[in-house]
Amino acid sequence: MAKVVTFLVMFAFWVVMSGMFDAFHLSFGVVSCLLIAHFSHSLLLYGDPKSWGRGFFGILFYLPWLFWEILISNLQVTYIVLHPRMLDLIDPQLVRFKTSLKRPISKVTLAQSITLTPGTVTVDIEEDELLVYALTASGAQSLAGSAMERRIAAALEGGK
Amino acid sequence: MILNIVSIVLICAGLFFFAVGTLGILRFPDFYTRVQAAGKCDSLAAVLVLVGIAVYNLGDLSLATVLVSIKILFIAAFVFISSPTATHAITDAALLIGVKPWTKEKNTP
Repeated sequence: MAKVVTFLVMFAFWVVMSGMFDAFHLSFGVVSCLLIAHFSHSLLLYGDPKSWGRGFFGILFYLPWLFWEILISNLQVTYIVLHPRMLDLIDPQLVRFKTSLKRPISKVTLAQSITLTPGTVTVDIEEDELLVYALTASGAQSLAGSAMERRIAAALEGGK
Repeated sequence: MILNIVSIVLICAGLFFFAVGTLGILRFPDFYTRVQAAGKCDSLAAVLVLVGIAVYNLGDLSLATVLVSIKILFIAAFVFISSPTATHAITDAALLIGVKPWTKEKNTP
């Protein structure tokens, strides 16, 4: 099952990337996608087949919200950068906070989202504790129990 | 015509954020804050410019240009994955070798 789905995803990707629809190129695609699906299907899809579709659509609904957040926080950083008395506004600090997310993929998604929103960088993840470097104090406080964490939980862990 | 306007707006917004990111690198006080400015403003700016180019490319609609636009959007998606990973790796490495972060208490009398 995992191999079939991996093959279909890979082949769709191949067709889009090559843009050639003759038998020669398509047969190359079939052969290489079969090899990849056979050897590395466990990288793309693992666990319960029912969770694959949910994870995919969860991410799909999460991304527009993330992009909006990135835009908003980019404007905030723009304001800080362009402010004449910039050094008064920033108050960099390292903070630790615990996350309630369980699956590795959702922890990584949270870490990447924190890094993508300007003003905060995830430095390290140890078990369920994230080490975050924040540009301002308000950015550091807004991390724990944030809307971001709830949305990732809803998207990838089936809600809480 | 409308496509042209949309792509011009997107690319100009992207260039604005690139400029802000560069200005941030110059103005911020230490390594970590500079990484912030470099890593994040640039990821949004790069994606805006790439989407702008993808929209502009749809000007004469055919299968070939649509495929090229999809490829450009894939580049944007991979920038979104790789840019925070690189930022994280650089920050983690700096912290490991002991680069001291700039803090407010230390530097204000």
